[in-house]
Amino acid sequence: MQSIPVVFRLSNLRRRLEAMMIRINQQLFELPEASTIDGALKAFGAKPPFAVALNGVFVHRAQYPLQTLKDQDLVEIVQPVAGG
Amino acid sequence: MTLLASNPLILYGTSFNSRLFLGSALYPSPKILEDSVKAANPSMLTVSLRRQGALHNELGGQAFWDLLHTLEVPFLPNTAGCHSPEEAYTTAMMARDVFETDWIKLELIGDDYTLQPDTLGLVTTAEKLIRSGFKVLPYCTEDLILCRRLVEVGCEAVMPWAAPIGSGKGPVNPYGLRLLRERISVPIIVDAGLGVPSHACQVMEWGCDGVLLNSAVARAQDPVQLALAFSRAVEAGRLAYLGGAMAERESAAPSTPVIGTPFWHQA
Repeated sequence: MQSIPVVFRLSNLRRRLEAMMIRINQQLFELPEASTIDGALKAFGAKPPFAVALNGVFVHRAQYPLQTLKDQDLVEIVQPVAGG
Repeated sequence: MTLLASNPLILYGTSFNSRLFLGSALYPSPKILEDSVKAANPSMLTVSLRRQGALHNELGGQAFWDLLHTLEVPFLPNTAGCHSPEEAYTTAMMARDVFETDWIKLELIGDDYTLQPDTLGLVTTAEKLIRSGFKVLPYCTEDLILCRRLVEVGCEAVMPWAAPIGSGKGPVNPYGLRLLRERISVPIIVDAGLGVPSHACQVMEWGCDGVLLNSAVARAQDPVQLALAFSRAVEAGRLAYLGGAMAERESAAPSTPVIGTPFWHQA
């Protein structure tokens, strides 16, 4: 009976170890390890049109399914707005 | 063909019939923006990028995107708010991705109080963007040497401020702007600080090639009226420059013939 919570905690710990924290537009998101930009866009709920930068560097849209993320990465998702 | 039509503004090999560039920000509503654009008939419309989810108004996102495409005016994305060359470069790359244009209004801010451009970082940033295929319109000061350096790295136009952005003061350094006109040959588009149509007309009379406006139109009580007024002022100033204004003189010179003046008696 006492082993059940331990198993639960271990699986939770393993899940946490296999996850990573990504900051998207200044909000923290927990994503599975080796997630791509596509995963970040889905987690954020990005709506076209938009463009993306990873750690301050532009990412071409062709790279969204290929560019993997690592823990503590900073993702910026921008959209068109009025400007002067 | 009219005098204005036969003297179009040429930027990076592209011909523009209008010499007025208009910003898309600060309008009371999308409808007023739309009507102002129609009244001003600008050559390009400036736009920008901000984090998705950060702005919750009608001048951003999908609704704004749809409106932009109904206006049928070429986009001029800006790098507003960028404080480092790296930020400006990445923002320009993202703007090209979203707006599908190589045009970029390069803003590199050096001081938040005056929004004065970072003139020391501007040249290398412009050079990097031009090497990446951008058509760079750099927001700069009227400093002659800065503008020369921008031209040397490939800028085919410069955009000196008249006064701090949004101030509406009009040209605070007329001598500097006029001297710049004398000393460089690329198009000069006066960007920022104009407040009333006479400011725009004045700089066009001095031989500047265009003006970029936003606050002066959008913050007016009736933006559509001011859009039309600025459009006509820009044309009037350009016509005056092409026509060649009379030379100023210190003393009066009667316009009515003096000979034959009645009741005149030689002393």
